[in-house]
Amino acid sequence: MALTSEIIKQRLTDKFGDQVTGFEEPYGMFTFEAPKELNLKVLQFLFDDNELKFRFLTDLCAVHYPGQPGRELAVVYHLHNLVDNIRIRFKVFTGIEQPDVFTATQLFSTANWMERETYDFFGVNFVGHPNLKRILNVDEMDYFPLRKEFPLEDQSRIDKDDEMFGRGGSIL
Amino acid sequence: MRPVRFNIHPKKADIHNNIAITEMPEGMQGEGYFATSFEKVIGLARKNSIWPLPFATSCCGIEFMATMGSHYDLARFGSERMGFTPRQCDLLMVMGTISKKMAPILRQVYLQMAEPRWVLSVGACASSGGIFDTYSVLQGIDQVIPVDVYVPGCPPRPEAILDGVLKIQELVHNESLRRRNGEHYKALLGSYGIE
Repeated sequence: MALTSEIIKQRLTDKFGDQVTGFEEPYGMFTFEAPKELNLKVLQFLFDDNELKFRFLTDLCAVHYPGQPGRELAVVYHLHNLVDNIRIRFKVFTGIEQPDVFTATQLFSTANWMERETYDFFGVNFVGHPNLKRILNVDEMDYFPLRKEFPLEDQSRIDKDDEMFGRGGSIL
Repeated sequence: MRPVRFNIHPKKADIHNNIAITEMPEGMQGEGYFATSFEKVIGLARKNSIWPLPFATSCCGIEFMATMGSHYDLARFGSERMGFTPRQCDLLMVMGTISKKMAPILRQVYLQMAEPRWVLSVGACASSGGIFDTYSVLQGIDQVIPVDVYVPGCPPRPEAILDGVLKIQELVHNESLRRRNGEHYKALLGSYGIE
């Protein structure tokens, strides 16, 4: 029997009860969320379960929602079942004051670099990561550039005419 | 059958009027001798044998390849020989976006070049960061190394790059031999933290 979203949802709620929430299917991709303390348990369950078999981590990234106090940062896992060729999305939310999330490197080796990238750009602190340091940006950078409190443009420069870039000036 | 279209009336190559010969510097001359200042001769020699070091990172580098190719032919101006080692080169040509992470490398390449050295910044990105007004891109290489000539354009056409090289030649030609030992030059390098 082909694996469907209903089956995945059923298996998850059987195992975790009402801890798993936020089921939706934007653009046909099954999505759900869980408390951040449970992220490894959920990933392990999805990995081990003989029916679900989500054993490939396609992507790991973060999203910053400044308008959600207490759950500003979402860490998103994209998981792939290579047998049935099904992808799902799994989110955990964390506050920005203490953005600690357990690392998935013990389960997926590929999470190592992805978590470093997520740390680099969003400052998510992956607890237990073997080598959590910047991977893409310069080591001296003292901020997390993809968080929304940082403007897109480089604020340090003074020679560019704001009018030419559609910000400030007389054309607004 | 294909018509023959090439070399139907072969022309003999005109090698006598086709060779660029640089003008003689000012000086005293008479039968069997010519006297001029050292500075002018060295300037002339340097000007017409610049060894460029290409530091090409993106699309300006593609334009540079065309500049070096037979059509635009930078070799006409004595810059035939690309040196891919900073130790032997006179002219650092920076073409393309330089990210902040690459800035120390560019600076190191500049430091490895021997004096006298010149820098040509080709294109909007190398000169000012260009459209990449963002956290990861260096907003102009003149934040880390001194630049002699800027070539505008995104990317500039090969003619513009040639024009920039000619401007560099002008600088090389007219540069005083003492400039690199002067206080002014030392202060310039000092402002970049270069000893």
